[in-house]
Amino acid sequence: MDMLASLLPAGIAVHAPALIVVIPLIMAAVAALMPRGIFAWGVTLATAIAVAVLSLNILGQVSTGGVISYAMGGWLPPVGIELRVDMLNVPLLLLVGIVGLLCVIYALPSVADEIAKKQQALFYSAFLVCFAGLLGVTITGDAFNVFVFLEISSISTYTIIAMGAGKDRRALTASYNYLVLGTIGATFFVIGVGFLYMATGTLNIADMAAVLEQNGHDRVTQAAFAFIVVGLGLKAAMFPLHVWLPNAYAFAPNFVTAFLASTATKVAFYALIRFVFSVFHPEVSFVALSFTWLFAVVGVIAMIVASVQAVFQTDARRLLAYSSVAQVGYMMLGLGMGTAAGLSASMLHLMNHALMKGALFMALGAFALNFGVRRVKDLAGLGQTMPASSAAFTVASLSLVGVPLTVGFTSKWYLVTAALERGWWWAVAALMISSLLALAYVARLLSAIWMETPPAGKAGLAPARRLAPWMVLAPMSLLAFANIYFFFHAAPLVGLARAAANAVMGGN
Amino acid sequence: MLEIILERFNYIPIIILMMTGLYVVIATGNLVKRLVGLSLFQTSVFLLYITMGKVFGGQPPIIAGDAHGGDAGHGADAAAGYAAGHGAEAAAGHAAETAHHVAEIAYSNPLPHVLILTAIVVGVATLAVGLALVVRIREAYGTIEDDALNAADYSLETGSAE
Repeated sequence: MDMLASLLPAGIAVHAPALIVVIPLIMAAVAALMPRGIFAWGVTLATAIAVAVLSLNILGQVSTGGVISYAMGGWLPPVGIELRVDMLNVPLLLLVGIVGLLCVIYALPSVADEIAKKQQALFYSAFLVCFAGLLGVTITGDAFNVFVFLEISSISTYTIIAMGAGKDRRALTASYNYLVLGTIGATFFVIGVGFLYMATGTLNIADMAAVLEQNGHDRVTQAAFAFIVVGLGLKAAMFPLHVWLPNAYAFAPNFVTAFLASTATKVAFYALIRFVFSVFHPEVSFVALSFTWLFAVVGVIAMIVASVQAVFQTDARRLLAYSSVAQVGYMMLGLGMGTAAGLSASMLHLMNHALMKGALFMALGAFALNFGVRRVKDLAGLGQTMPASSAAFTVASLSLVGVPLTVGFTSKWYLVTAALERGWWWAVAALMISSLLALAYVARLLSAIWMETPPAGKAGLAPARRLAPWMVLAPMSLLAFANIYFFFHAAPLVGLARAAANAVMGGN
Repeated sequence: MLEIILERFNYIPIIILMMTGLYVVIATGNLVKRLVGLSLFQTSVFLLYITMGKVFGGQPPIIAGDAHGGDAGHGADAAAGYAAGHGAEAAAGHAAETAHHVAEIAYSNPLPHVLILTAIVVGVATLAVGLALVVRIREAYGTIEDDALNAADYSLETGSAE
């Protein structure tokens, strides 16, 4: 950790929390000015590397020196905007930074295939704005600033999802529906923040928590809680509010789906944890009530209903998108336990799920790149024509089911342990049923890939077409490998998840 | 009773606007009208914020008399606004910490106005992206009615299934 902390010169390291947001934001403007897509990609890659290095450096700083508080523009909190990094948001920064970097490496061949040449530079620019927004939500310590960054990332997300229209016009309607629902969610959130401001007179998250602890809760803060949970729940695809997600993931460009599936809902989920645990205290009665009767219930319903829906999908990416909704259910269940063990299981699953879904959507993107695969039955025989990508896909999908030797097993193990600790047998049962359903939909994909013979046209392809470009293959294999590696070396991720839970629960 | 209602009079139109906007978003099948409803919904939130910045008997938050200018005046202004927010709505305990910033004159709280300026920008950006999407949808489908869009997508899905 000391090594990470001394990764950058002290002058830069001091400003790392600000730079990690500012660099992508400025580089977005630079990328937009680039005459050709590949230059814009170069700018994006350089930015992603810088962000990944900064996030590692911040991890080192927080591990050695504790919470970082950065006063933006020299205005001290609580009056000024504070950027605040503790053990809860460091994992998210790492996740967005590193998975973002892998996705950007993957982007070049994928985007060249899917986006018109003239639009590529602008596409990368919009992606960088989204990237900056997600990092901003993660790092800021100011409630209204969360809203601003949430909208920065969302508005650019709408545009990059709509760019999928070149392949399928339904991307436009998917993006429009996401825009309407996403804006309603953001507005609910901002109403909630307004109520909190009425009750506390401050916008700084840490200060809000302190004032609420002193003054106690009244109906205004209860209303604020309801609005914030609905608003952020919409952004995080909490079960009944997930309707925007399947189409958005199914019709967006492949690179966008891989990036969003592994970061965007995770960041919104982090924001939810931040508000529920840090601002409203989990021991306050109405918050505790919402754990059992809202988050846990909604989580269990999502785990089962969304998995059933996934089984019957014909579009491969929509199938995985429904599976994502189910996986958000797992995280909600962990949150709903309201214990440190539950929350850390939830954080662990958040990170592991990013590893799985990143690899899965990247593999589907590789299939689409070579063969234009979209539907489940198009996957037939890909095990023979594209063995490497199929192997990565298989590893990640086994991890999704929770087969031992993959990280999916680790996080489900921790979830089950936490549920048993709480005495929630029904939650364990739901986990088992949901895992079986996951097996059902994953089996559909895998049997198509490995058991069926490729259609006549594809069998005799030249060996060159059998491999996806290395820029696609490398990040995908790395993520798939991580799915196995972190089963045997679970300590780093579990440690991060524990530290995150302890940071908000205050225990050890 | 009447006094309680009159004191909170602003909230009545805000709630009416909010619900009207939300209803329009849900009820209409026309994509442009839906965006109109969305804007209405967002605007009602702007009014909510502006309302909470009002302090009864408060003056516009402009420091009169000898202008310090520069950073000092700016900082004091922000602190006063912050304190006014506390004075207006929060319990006295926390407000006392910052109360010494406030002069004898009561000011309205300027902070919500600043927040709403940001929120207006966000709203305009959302509306612009939304309208741009509607234009593209019109080009791709030839209609902006939800029913017709669903029918077109459905036929596409069933048509391509075989």
